[in-house]
Formats: sequence, C-alpha cells, structure tokens
Amino acid sequence: MTPLQRPDTIELPLNPVPSRLAEQCPDMDMENTRTALSLARVAVRPPAPPVQTAAHPAPVAAAALPSKVEIRDVSFFYGKFQALRGITLPLCDRRVTAFIGPSGCGKSTLLRILNRIYELYPGQTATGEVLIDGQNILTPALDLDRLRAQVGMVFQKPTPFPMSIYDNVAFGIRLYERLPKAELDDRIESVLRRAALWDEVKDKLRQSGLSLSGGQQQRLCIARAIAIEPEILLLDEPASALDPLSTQRIEELIAELKADYCIALVTHNMQQAARSSDYTAFLYLGELIEFDETERIFTHPKERRTEDYITGRFG
Amino acid sequence: MSALSIGRRRKLKNAIWIAVCGLCAAGVAAVLLLIMGYIVREGIGAISIPFLTRLPRPTGIAGGGVANGIVGTAIIVGIGAVMAFPVGVLVGTYLAVYSHKRMAQSLSFVADVLAGVPSIAIGIFAYTLLVEPLRHFSAFSASFAFAVLMVPLVIRATEAAMALVPRELREAATALGAPESRVVLKILVVAARPGIVTGLLLSLARVTGETAPLLFTAFGSQYWELNPAQPMAELSLQIFSYAISPYADWHAQAWAGALILIVAVFLLSVLARLSILLGREGNSIGSAL
Repeated sequence: MTPLQRPDTIELPLNPVPSRLAEQCPDMDMENTRTALSLARVAVRPPAPPVQTAAHPAPVAAAALPSKVEIRDVSFFYGKFQALRGITLPLCDRRVTAFIGPSGCGKSTLLRILNRIYELYPGQTATGEVLIDGQNILTPALDLDRLRAQVGMVFQKPTPFPMSIYDNVAFGIRLYERLPKAELDDRIESVLRRAALWDEVKDKLRQSGLSLSGGQQQRLCIARAIAIEPEILLLDEPASALDPLSTQRIEELIAELKADYCIALVTHNMQQAARSSDYTAFLYLGELIEFDETERIFTHPKERRTEDYITGRFG
Repeated sequence: MSALSIGRRRKLKNAIWIAVCGLCAAGVAAVLLLIMGYIVREGIGAISIPFLTRLPRPTGIAGGGVANGIVGTAIIVGIGAVMAFPVGVLVGTYLAVYSHKRMAQSLSFVADVLAGVPSIAIGIFAYTLLVEPLRHFSAFSASFAFAVLMVPLVIRATEAAMALVPRELREAATALGAPESRVVLKILVVAARPGIVTGLLLSLARVTGETAPLLFTAFGSQYWELNPAQPMAELSLQIFSYAISPYADWHAQAWAGALILIVAVFLLSVLARLSILLGREGNSIGSAL
C-alpha cells in the first residue's frame, strides 16, 4: 500500500506538485520541486496538531544544501525477490542521513547500492538512477574502482584486515598513491587522529589490527575508510556490535566527520538515528515511507507507520 | 508439579546422552590407544641407532636398518607436496572465491570424486603414465601418485579455510576499491592461512602412510638411492615386504618401521594443531579445521 491510498491524507493547499506525481516522476526537476515545496510549507504550515501530509521525499531545508547524492526511483532485486521499490531520496553533503526501519526493510540494501558492493554477488541487480555529483553510478560502464575511492564504507562487524594496524590504514592509501615512507607515516598518523584512535595505538602500530578491542577495531575501519579521502561515507550499523561507551565514541566521531563528508548511516537504534543524523529516511517492506529532517521525523512524523515504528509499536 | 518432574526428566536424559557420547569417545580413543600401544610394544625392541642410520641387510644377516626408507619417504612425499600444494591451494582458492560459477561447481565435484578414487587405482594410473612408457620404476612416479592423492585434500582444506573468512572482509577490501587480485591474495588467503597450512600438513600425514600406489611406482630399493628417476626405498613399502617375509627379525623390523611411521604422522598432526593455535595467537582469523 502506498501512503497515498490512505484516506486521511491531506494535501497541503499550496503544494505545487501533487505528491503522487512527484513520487512517480523521478525525472522531474527535484531542485525546483524542493524549493517550491519548502516555500509552500514555510508559508502555510498549519499549526499543531501536525497535519498528515502525503510522504514526500523532500526535506524542508534541503534546498539550502547541495545534495551530494540523488537516489532516483531505485529498485533492487535479490534474484527475483524485490527488496526495494522505487526509492527516491537525496543525501546532502556534510549531513548525516539515517536509514531506519525494521529488519529486512531494505535499509542496508539501499546503502549497498551506493558503492555497488552488491555486485560481488551474482543475481543482485539494481534499477533506477543514483546520481553522485550528477553522474549516474548505476551505468554499467562506470569505473568501479573510482566509485569506491569516492565512497567509503564501514560495516556492522568490524573488519580489520589480517595485518598490522599501520598496514590496515596503509592498504587503501597504497592502492591509489605511492607515497614516500615519511609522508605515509604522517598520513596514517593524521588519519588515526581523525578517527580518535591515535593515542590508543601509537605505540603498537606494528601489532595486528585484530589485537584491538571491538570499538577500536571499528574506529580503525573508519580510519581506513577515510584514509583514501572519499567524499561519501556509508556506515552500516557501525555501532550495533559495540558496547555503549564505544558506541558513544563512534557517534562523536560521526558528528565530527560530517563536517567533511556526506554520510549515510543505517541504524537499528532509534536513539542513535535521532542523536546522530540530520535527515532520516524510514523504510518499510522495501518502500520509502517517509523522509524528512530527523527532528520532524521524531517529533511530528506525517505517516502513521513511521510513528508506530519510532514509538516501538512494531519492528 | 510438572516443573519438578520436567526438570528431573531433563536431567536424566542429559545424563544418559552424556554417557552415550562419553562411551563412543572412549571407544574411539581406545582403538587408537590399542593400535599405538601394540605397535610400540612390538616395535620398540628393534628400534636402535643402527636401525635408523643403516641400510637393509640381505636375508639371513642380522642387523640392518631402514635409513634409506626414511629418506626415501621424505623425498617422495616432499616432491609430491611440491607438485600438489600450489595446484591444490590455487584450485581451492578459486572454488572459494568463485563458488557461484558453474565451472567452480563442476570442479568441486571433480575434486570430490578424485578424493574418493582408491589409492591403488591412482598407483596404476601413475604406472601407466610414468613407469610403463619410461620402462622403469621411479621415485618420481610415486611422488606423482601422491600428488594426485593430495590435491583433492588440499583443495577441500583450502576451500573450507577460505569459506571461514567472513564475507565482510572481502566486502571491506572491495569497498576500498582494491582490485580483486589484491583482495584475494592480500586479504582472503592471508586470513585463511592458518587453516590452509593445517590442511597441507594433514594431507602430508595422510599420504605418508600410503603403500598401495608405491607398489608399482617407487618399487623399493635395497640401496641408497637419492635420484628420483630411479626406484627408491620407502618406509611403508619396506614394512610391507618385511611383514610378508618368513623371518622373525624382519617382522620385528617391520613393527619398528611402523612405529617410526606412526610417530612421523603423529608429529605432523601435532604440527597441524600447533599451526592452528599459533594462527589464533597471531590473531589471524582462526580456523576450526
């Protein structure tokens, strides 16, 4: 069921584009739509109680920010099973966008489209368009190595490589650059400082990356991801395997990193989404139910299902 | 009322099954201990420094040893390993990395069938291929037969070790933009290394005791023979020919030879275990092989 079939949906009076149309026409000029929409909302936002509007994937303030990534009408298939249906969503630069939703809703799948890592597995296909800086990364002709240099990823389970802490970070750098030793040392130090790990590992850079604690391993993985200077960071439940203290450190790190990156964060943890993200997309059964500023999603969700999910009524 | 009785029934069931498992385990251990105990009892008497360092003597002359057999076994198994390890590890890696490909699935099946071929048939194969055309027996033909025996074992062990590497590791390396060759060689194989090494050692242990393929390949020799192109002495062959001889002192030597063989295989297995432990301590991704 799409949100538009709900009888209690009320369109904003000045909404210039019928939402249904907006959802079904991913090719329309999003920039203009969004500007117009935000103007409309600012102009005529009704007082509380919040009016339920049709879900529209345009954040209120997005027009002010450049959107780094435009996901347009993206569907995804595991073999014949369709895991995502026509997702349209922008990711803003220097902001954190959280993907939330119950297990199996497709939020990790959506993340895995953004660097095409799913192509490791046969039978997984994505349709639609994902524009990064205007270029569609789903075209078959794309240089995948360049895409992956541009898009870093951190996984749920820490994935240190079976090598020293130093080499873990150097691994990615060496793929792209041939630096003199001193310069490489400097880069690795600065990256580890950036990942708030330097003080803990500076005396044991030659030890195995697997000798670190889970939280340290995860920060090592973040360091490794940012060492190749990507523009976009994909974080797939980066703290779900960690204890509360390590989780806090990761969240602090996310807050710092967002000054420089466009970050997409998949999380099961609603508080984490609320704390760490600027925008939140709620997915359910492969569909984007609602996308908005995080504050609005968590205080005035427009969709009943969003509200049910964030208040813990299902999922 | 039922809570208590359920608890008691569970405890009883638990005790019964633990007893059954314990008995089975004890049975397995007992067989091993009996074999080893018997071999030690029969063989230890004939073990001596000369036995380990001398050549065999002709029938009827006391003394003599199996030094050439020990060295021959090492040479034959060693050359076989040099042939089998690269092929087995590469094929196993291929199977693990491209497990979804049709080619890999057929290869996997072929490896399974090959692992099931009786070793004597492999001996005949080596004979037909390398002995008959060249018109004489050779250590190399025995090494070849051993290699054919080892390859499917190494393939299986490598594949299993690689399968234990978390798929996230591959994804993480790929997500950095690393080319596939580097992902496989620098990350996956390294992570699977303890398991692969264990598999190699176990495959060595497995063929070290093989006799059947040697009958028509290495053939055996009474002399110091270090040239792989010539027939060569081999420990298990010597055990075989001594054991079927009518002489009591040769019987004793056969037992002693068996003892040496079993100790060698035991050491290889211990080494394999150690490599797992060391792998864990080195914090590589452990293998449960």
